[in-house]
Amino acid sequence: MTAGLRMVAGVAALAMAATGALADSEDPIIIPTHNWSSQIVMSHVVGQIFESMDNSVEYVSTDSQSVYESVRLGDVTLELEVWEGAFGASFRAALEKGGLHDAGDHNAVTREDWWYPMWTKEACPGLPDWEALNACAAAFATPETGEAGRFLGGPVDWLKHDQERVDGLGMNFKVVNAGSAAALWAELGAAEKTKKPIVLFNWTPNFAEAVWPGEFVEFPEWVEGCDTDPSVGPNPDKTYDCGNPANGYLKKAAWDGMKDKWPDAYETLTKISFTNPQIAEMAKLVDIDEMEPEEAATQWLDENRDVWEPWVN
Amino acid sequence: MNESAQPSRPVAKLALGPAWALFALAVVLIIARPILPDGLMRPAEMLILPLADWINAFFIWLRDDLGLIHVTRAFADGIEWLLDVTANILYGKNRWPRIGPLPWIVTALSAACLGYWLGGVRLAVLAGGTFVWIALMGQWKWAMETLSVIVVAAPFSVLLGLLTGVAAWRWRRFEAVLNPILNIAQSLPHFAYMIPVVVFIGVGPKAGAIVTIIFSVPPMIRMTLLGLRKVPPEVVESGKMCGSTSWQLMTRVRIPSARTDILVGVNQVIMQCLAMVVLASFIGMPGLGQKLLQLLQALKIGRSIEIGITIVLLAVALDRCSKAWAERQPVHHESGTGWAARHRVLLTWVGLTMAGFALSAEVPFLAEVGRGQSLSVANPLDAAMSWVIVMIDPVTQWLRWFLITWVLIPVRDALLWLPYTAVLVALAGAGYAVGGWRSALICLGFFGYVAISGWWDRAMITVYTVLVAVAVAASFGFPLGIWASRHEKRAKRVLLLCDSLQTFPSFIYLIPVIMLFGVNDVAVVGAVVLFAAVPLIRYTIEGLRSVPESMIEAADMSGATRGQSLRHVRLPLAFPTIMVGLNQSLMFSLFMVIIAAFIGTQDLGQEMQRALSSTDVGKGLVLGFAVAFIGLMVDHLINRMADSRRRALGL
Repeated sequence: MTAGLRMVAGVAALAMAATGALADSEDPIIIPTHNWSSQIVMSHVVGQIFESMDNSVEYVSTDSQSVYESVRLGDVTLELEVWEGAFGASFRAALEKGGLHDAGDHNAVTREDWWYPMWTKEACPGLPDWEALNACAAAFATPETGEAGRFLGGPVDWLKHDQERVDGLGMNFKVVNAGSAAALWAELGAAEKTKKPIVLFNWTPNFAEAVWPGEFVEFPEWVEGCDTDPSVGPNPDKTYDCGNPANGYLKKAAWDGMKDKWPDAYETLTKISFTNPQIAEMAKLVDIDEMEPEEAATQWLDENRDVWEPWVN
Repeated sequence: MNESAQPSRPVAKLALGPAWALFALAVVLIIARPILPDGLMRPAEMLILPLADWINAFFIWLRDDLGLIHVTRAFADGIEWLLDVTANILYGKNRWPRIGPLPWIVTALSAACLGYWLGGVRLAVLAGGTFVWIALMGQWKWAMETLSVIVVAAPFSVLLGLLTGVAAWRWRRFEAVLNPILNIAQSLPHFAYMIPVVVFIGVGPKAGAIVTIIFSVPPMIRMTLLGLRKVPPEVVESGKMCGSTSWQLMTRVRIPSARTDILVGVNQVIMQCLAMVVLASFIGMPGLGQKLLQLLQALKIGRSIEIGITIVLLAVALDRCSKAWAERQPVHHESGTGWAARHRVLLTWVGLTMAGFALSAEVPFLAEVGRGQSLSVANPLDAAMSWVIVMIDPVTQWLRWFLITWVLIPVRDALLWLPYTAVLVALAGAGYAVGGWRSALICLGFFGYVAISGWWDRAMITVYTVLVAVAVAASFGFPLGIWASRHEKRAKRVLLLCDSLQTFPSFIYLIPVIMLFGVNDVAVVGAVVLFAAVPLIRYTIEGLRSVPESMIEAADMSGATRGQSLRHVRLPLAFPTIMVGLNQSLMFSLFMVIIAAFIGTQDLGQEMQRALSSTDVGKGLVLGFAVAFIGLMVDHLINRMADSRRRALGL
């Protein structure tokens, strides 16, 4: 039966190829996957949409920073989750070198900032206010930070300016950088077992929200120029004396050649736009319901036909 | 050997003067630290060469001006075609020849038959059982993705290694060039390889295959060379007497005579391929490694341990099978034995395969274990983990506080406090003490590179982590090794445990140590210690067990107590072997420290990780060479020491 289907698909592709240059190439569209679940499921969702349009799709796992170099060279065709905060720098660097372009924003907004799981509130009831957090810094102290509280930051190459913020706001905290996202979750998971207070770097949309309920710390609100102009923000002498923007973009990026090689799929890609709850739902199917990403994508597509069908011509 | 040892001894004693002078100079530099000019504290700006820029310029020239990228891409396309074929057969990727996937029962039965042919019932159970485990645990597709790469990479690597080995054997000059390259290649951290591969090949299974080939080829070259060297001249003579051409001499005489060594090389290739399973997934190798990283990312430890077990099982099965192949001697049947009698296993395999296909067509479970049908031991594993973490929390908290405050921070600060000149002079002194001026220059050269590479502080942090980890590992590894070496059975069990620990994917250790100790240097040291301990234990056991019985008996006769016999007879005799263990322990630690960057460090590994994510070839290689040279220097020092000791013992 599968062989029969394949034949039909093959014939259809041939027929489409015969109708003119407008049809999509038969070569597979290569979609990169990274090591967090929402991105993997989203990649399979989009891949299965492309397959429903008779395209062939392949997935390849890559590093989430070096992927832009691969998109630029056409080794992979697109990237579905370009986070402003985490990957903005790599994306812009590749954009400057040429070879890839911005294929539009998702509806979802991203936020990355200091965050704590709910049990932390017991040790520090004044949260989420940052001054209250600073007042109970001692509750977050560890041997390596001494008297000061510890803030567990993301990997250094995420370039998060946490130390500058601690200096700018005069906080009694020291920044310790984890080496990977997995290290963040491991600490969080361990803290949960003993209900130890912890404040760490986190972001949304993210599977962690579903596993560990928590809140972002409320810092002085982000104002344009806070990162470059010392006079902006509460501290007149320092930059970064404010929180991160609460609504960063989530973009799609595409290889420049995609438009000509797979015009229909490209057309659909530019229309694709997921919301925060949709992304969280995709992550939940894998992280909580323990489904495999492919199955999760199929189920999500079945349940949300009205969402994605308008994107397909 | 013995004669040469006699005169060298007094010479060595006399020659220690310059070593002491160098050590004294180092001490003077340390004492004079407060008044030392900046240029002697840390390498001056002008000394630091822009090596990364040079390498990058060179690579851009190679890639764009020389057009090497077209060659590598064409080569990669060839590999990709092969990968597509195996991928189709093993897990049904939609590519030519479009016949797969094989039902799992067929693959498992084939593995069992191969195991039986190579080593009888035990190997049949091991090989077949491994595949049954994979299928029942619901890991079939990932395992086949991994294997589809390995079955291409390993033969390719064997062939490449064989050809290069023969060339090196044939042309001395080629060998002279090749040797240092192999030395460096074997001590470069894996990540350093991967960056150029991403630039020249791209990402995906083909990149995974190529990085695996590059990583696994050096031992094959070495073993081929070794095997060809050992072929007795008499055998070659008799070949010549039969009038063989030089091609016939090579293919019919030399290579078959060197068979055992070459097959040990094949075994090494397979083990290296499996060691790369997880790391290669950073550049797009699909399969078990990729799944493992995803699961770890979502903190699903139980399920990642299941995958780890699969990797260990695969490694053990392939290791035993290839070893059995190496030891297998050609079977000679009596003349007149029928074809069927000579090929009984082959016929059984054909029969079983047919039966497997027929059965799997009837019973879908035998073709593919569906979702919900697979078993899992993840839940009890996770529960056990949490229980342990909560139970020993007070101990780990104390340990963490103690180690950080009293051991780690002081050692790190002390190493960073040292002027770089003092370190270099002291190392030159150590080099002189073990091997004269030549060794002193070698040490200075290797570590001098670290100074001019511009990563001195980070390199010192790497060195500090390795030193602490090896010291901790030695503190329990030696006693454990001595204890285990007392009885044959105990020794075997401990050695088996060592093997499993070593093949278990290192990434899995990272998460539990963070859960136990948090993101800090204790966790890093904790992860490294496990790897550092394995070779120490293994070589202590092997060294002590290989002490001749007669020596121990002689000691017993002269009334030595068990402790005296150990201290004065067995340990000194085992010393050279134990040094080999120490050497390996340091090497493994260096590699593991780089991987421990995923916990969070401030050393070379962290920078290497950054270089990988920004595909900065130059920086990656500069850092890689720094790690490699530290390793090579240690290797040189310890080998020299062990050699002179061996000579003194007359071994």
